[in-house]
Amino acid sequence: MDTISLAFYALAFLIIAAAIFVVTSKNIFHSAIYLILALFGVAGVYVLLQAPFLAAAQVLMYVGAVSMLMIFAIMLTARIADQTIRHTNEQVLTGLLLSLGLLAVIVYSLWQTPFAISSDPMPEGAGGTLGKLLLTQFALPFEIVSVLLLGALIGAVVIAKKDSVRRDPEAPTTPLPKSIEKVAG
Amino acid sequence: MEGIGLIHYLTLSAVVFCIGVFGMLTRRNAIGVLMSIELMFNAVNITLVAFARYVTPATITGQVVAIFTIAVAAAEATVALAIVLLIYQHHRGIDVDRINFMKW
Repeated sequence: MDTISLAFYALAFLIIAAAIFVVTSKNIFHSAIYLILALFGVAGVYVLLQAPFLAAAQVLMYVGAVSMLMIFAIMLTARIADQTIRHTNEQVLTGLLLSLGLLAVIVYSLWQTPFAISSDPMPEGAGGTLGKLLLTQFALPFEIVSVLLLGALIGAVVIAKKDSVRRDPEAPTTPLPKSIEKVAG
Repeated sequence: MEGIGLIHYLTLSAVVFCIGVFGMLTRRNAIGVLMSIELMFNAVNITLVAFARYVTPATITGQVVAIFTIAVAAAEATVALAIVLLIYQHHRGIDVDRINFMKW
């Protein structure tokens, strides 16, 4: 077994194990930590697929930004009791059957499909090629994505603003923990 | 069997995607649902990059699409977490089974 195969199987094992822990862990904070592990594994897979720029972007965007956002949200919302209450709903059996069925269908069709595998070499300096593609052939989607990110930024600020909170009078009136009260006002 | 090919990456991606589907269907915590969705995004990205490597290696279009996916996923995570925080302040909980105040 050569090095690439060994690295692939190690990464695949890491990603799948971490992903299973993400969806089954009782403590939502542990789920977030396992999610970071799985995302690191995916960055490793990008390296194996000769996409070094994407691997770096993955570490920056997912491991750095999105995971931090998740942990931030968990710390603002979780209560101490979270670890003891049930963390799954009544659909566990249905969900398991559905996802296993979906997996069977996808894997069966994958192994039945003859893919047109090309043996062309990857372009030298894939990062530079990527940048050129983004600013020539994909210039319009590139600009639209920047508008989308700006919209998401403004949208997140507007949605989470203090003034927009209208308390539901029928909601249970348990007091907020001190740390949250400071943020929520 | 000669080394690792396209099919191995696609199978890995399918497994991760289905784990994400399972988590999305069964989690009660809204943030748990969001994390499962991030797993599914990553599975799709593995597929895109694998196709870029093995099917169209000369024009690495798949990697460009994967970059767009990452950007859109980041935007989605930002807005979704803002909504989750708002629901928590409004409702004192983020159990997705009990968030039904848009139903009347």
